Amino acid sequence: MVGHSPPPFFKRGPAPLAKLVFFVLVSLGLLVSDLNLRYLDAFRRGLSVLAYPMQMAAATPADFVRNASDYFASLVRLQIENKELKRQQLQGAERLLRLDQIEQENRHLRELLEVRARQKVNTVVAEIMYTAKDPFSRKVILDKGTQAGIEAGQAVVDNVGVVGQITRVFPMQSELTLLTDKDQAIPVMIVRSGLRAVLFGSGNGLMELRYLAANADVQPGDKVVTSGLDGVFQSGLPVATVARVERDQAQAFARIPCLPAAGVEQFSHVLVLGQRPNVLPRPPEPEVINKGKGRKSRAVKD
Amino acid sequence: MQPTNRSSRILLPVKMWFVYTTLFFALFLNYIPTGHLPAVPDFVALVLAFWCVREPLKIGIGAGFVFGLLTDIGVGAALGQHAFAYVLLAYAANELARRVMWFTPVEQALHVLPLLFLTQVVMVIVRLLAGAEFPGWWMFFGSFVGAALWIPLHYVLLLPQYRPVERDENRPI
Repeated sequence: MVGHSPPPFFKRGPAPLAKLVFFVLVSLGLLVSDLNLRYLDAFRRGLSVLAYPMQMAAATPADFVRNASDYFASLVRLQIENKELKRQQLQGAERLLRLDQIEQENRHLRELLEVRARQKVNTVVAEIMYTAKDPFSRKVILDKGTQAGIEAGQAVVDNVGVVGQITRVFPMQSELTLLTDKDQAIPVMIVRSGLRAVLFGSGNGLMELRYLAANADVQPGDKVVTSGLDGVFQSGLPVATVARVERDQAQAFARIPCLPAAGVEQFSHVLVLGQRPNVLPRPPEPEVINKGKGRKSRAVKD
Repeated sequence: MQPTNRSSRILLPVKMWFVYTTLFFALFLNYIPTGHLPAVPDFVALVLAFWCVREPLKIGIGAGFVFGLLTDIGVGAALGQHAFAYVLLAYAANELARRVMWFTPVEQALHVLPLLFLTQVVMVIVRLLAGAEFPGWWMFFGSFVGAALWIPLHYVLLLPQYRPVERDENRPI
């Protein structure tokens, strides 16, 4: 270092080591505040407006490849697809006709029962533009943003089931975290047994039901749907199917990997569901029973 | 000025607008949504390392920080992840500049390979500490491809600095 440094009369700004320490501290500060505290979303949104034109330009080659493969799709495949779609539409039309009638009936019954009407939600159709390049997470970018009324936290579904949740919104696009992301969790219910649980992404394209006792009533092939307890996802949307159940007596919880129901990692159109308008308020905090054991308090369950 | 190296040609001084243009072009290449395709090199890291080695007095840590932030925004990474790694890369490349310049392009690529590799290792460590999943070993393949690209890059990025060859019997080089 000493032998290399230029004579002091050449002006070079601060010493490289000082600069290094400064910038390392700044970037570590950014990292901590972005990953742990989430302070920087506004800053990121501002910078993303600058980066947006370049991102769009860079996405063109990928678009071109995708469109070209569509263009050269064989006629036979298109015919088959067309037939399939027509069949689906007919089936759907028949069910839709019945749905109107059933909805009427349902409303009457609910009025009779004085049950709160099922909430309606606004939906936005969006297209998955591309997979985010960050190799550490499973996120995709949608082509609609705040301008289309999308907000962070909204649930996203495709025609089969839940795909994920919007985590960041930019003016023209938004970031969708897939259910298979390691940080993504969703409260669910097992259809057959009515058991409630939480489903976590396990990172390898699968999901995992955690914190279920080793003797819980779960079988391979069980359908898992949203329970709606979180106030974000509507209840009853299909999420996954139990792939297998590994019960180990040495552990308190069973290991239950699940296969996602929706085409979570495929390119297609998705539906962004609006926020649920009036979620029931939280029940009042149960009385805390404070007996004997000093600061350890136990809340009454359910 | 740099001490003369193995090149037998005297180069024109570098134009800073060209340096920044190439960096922005590399940023553009990084923005191309290749998804989780393996073996895609980090172009910004490569071009940044190149200019930090060629022009250690003119470009360095500050540029690394700015282009790191822009990369973070574009690829949806944690804010500061690339910035942190590029700052370390720029510092290391600046410090190594005087040594690397004495080697042929192939040997230079061997010097750059560990730099690119360590850049990726830094990012992996940062994200794993923050609780992300390990993306798999294939991602490190990118730095090998990047190092291999150093050799063509060495000619392409220096093209504007070459002068027409004029032979002069009385001049030693």
